Amino acid sequence: MNTHKLKQKAIDKDFLDEIAHLPGGERIIDCFQCGTCSGSCPTAHVMDHTPRRLFAMVKAGFREDVLNSNTYWYCTSCYICTVRCPRQIKITDVMYALKRIALKERYVRRKNAAGAFYSSFVDIVERDGRSFEPELMVRFMLKTDPTLLLKNAVLGLKLMKHGRLPIRRNRIKARNELRAIIRKAKSESL
Amino acid sequence: MATKQSYIYYPGCSAEATGKPYEISARAVCEHLDIELKELADWNCCGATAYLSVEDIASMAVAARNLAIAESTGLDLITPCSACYITLSKVDHYFEDYPDIRTKINNALSAAGLEYKGGVNVRHLLYVFSEDIGMERLSGMVRADLSLRVAPYYGCQVVRPFTERDSPDVPFAMDEIISALGGDVVDYPLKTKCCSGALIGIDEKTALGLAKPLIECAVRSGADCIVTCCPLCQLNLDAYQYKINKVYGTNYHIPVLFFTQLIGLAFGIDEGRLGLNMNIVPYRPAARAKGASG
Ligand code: SF4
Ligand code: SF4
Ligand code: SF4
Repeated sequence: MNTHKLKQKAIDKDFLDEIAHLPGGERIIDCFQCGTCSGSCPTAHVMDHTPRRLFAMVKAGFREDVLNSNTYWYCTSCYICTVRCPRQIKITDVMYALKRIALKERYVRRKNAAGAFYSSFVDIVERDGRSFEPELMVRFMLKTDPTLLLKNAVLGLKLMKHGRLPIRRNRIKARNELRAIIRKAKSESL
Repeated sequence: MATKQSYIYYPGCSAEATGKPYEISARAVCEHLDIELKELADWNCCGATAYLSVEDIASMAVAARNLAIAESTGLDLITPCSACYITLSKVDHYFEDYPDIRTKINNALSAAGLEYKGGVNVRHLLYVFSEDIGMERLSGMVRADLSLRVAPYYGCQVVRPFTERDSPDVPFAMDEIISALGGDVVDYPLKTKCCSGALIGIDEKTALGLAKPLIECAVRSGADCIVTCCPLCQLNLDAYQYKINKVYGTNYHIPVLFFTQLIGLAFGIDEGRLGLNMNIVPYRPAARAKGASG
């Protein structure tokens, strides 16, 4: 359990409303702090605030503290909290929404490796229409910590030796169409 | 069965890379059962957990492009990957729950002359075996003695939050299949505990801490192998097993098979056609001697 003090000075009264208007967050007001989510979460032990506590902070308007925390970056999308929440709050979807807000508003933290990973992935998919694991890992390691390249050389060799690391990337034919969809979709963002 | 079963097949990006043994064995086993997998034309990456973490409508529109292409076929869309399954299914759930999102996605798709009306039946390959093919047909095809003790590892996204008819906590589809093939299902209480998913690429130390108990639990319950239905789960438990050993001073070497590889072994399909040589922790010769001979 952590003992993080909240740092935010002024309360953001609109934050609850902001989250409640995102898909999955509609029922967040119903959270009765039972802790089922935190008790089920596989990564709660490394989170600055457990999911239960994070929702208390959302309701109380601690926008800065919520977005500055590592909690939602550690969400693995395992959905155990979502299926167990007795108030039917779509917790995982809220975690996704927080990631998106944080990336848009550049809440870059000491430990924002997840953001770098996701962005590298998206760059490749938007370009080729397919993901390409070797490039994704190399890009990510260069962005965050180049010594990782060395630390993962053995893993890469093992995968290659077993025919599980392709050398050539795959691209879809309709790349232009896909880009047109993405461009239009971004203009329709929530 | 009178008419040939046909499905639209969405392999997912990992099928061409780390998930290759899954892809190879899935195709071999389906061919053996005379099931037709028609690969979705010019399919694109579903976006997985990453895209939805960065973009809302764009990530869903990219996933929906696949559904729009699949829709005209009228066939169920099958994917072997749990992350693809959940990402594609999510579009449909959002279509039902949020009319405004539905409109926005279709506005985006129209930029490529596409439209998705909604209602493609997205399914995970595991449930094609358990629901459509069924235990009777599976056990009737067994040609090799599988005297194996197997830990069934489902992972998360195949049963959460959407599931065809299984329990999100304690599913049994894979257990049934293993038994029908003549394998012994060991008690494996961590069968749906998260393996860390993509966190393995982001924070390895934390991720290995999640994967380790899954291996430990299988070994303790006396399993000869772990069987999975998700390419990322398999990668985390198989390719990263040597890292678990390094960090925790353990000496695990338990093979992690795709359930399609296990089916293939029981059917007596040639090991080369099941991609078994691509598994990092080798499928044990001891277990093999007891198993397939023809
Ligand atoms: S499980 Fe649901 S109701 Fe309980 S604390 Fe978590 S979010 Fe709130
Ligand atoms: S979905 Fe995310 S927040 Fe919920 S239990 Fe899993 S890791 Fe924790
Ligand atoms: S178990 Fe791990 S890899 Fe498999 S679906 Fe869940 S998070 Fe993804």
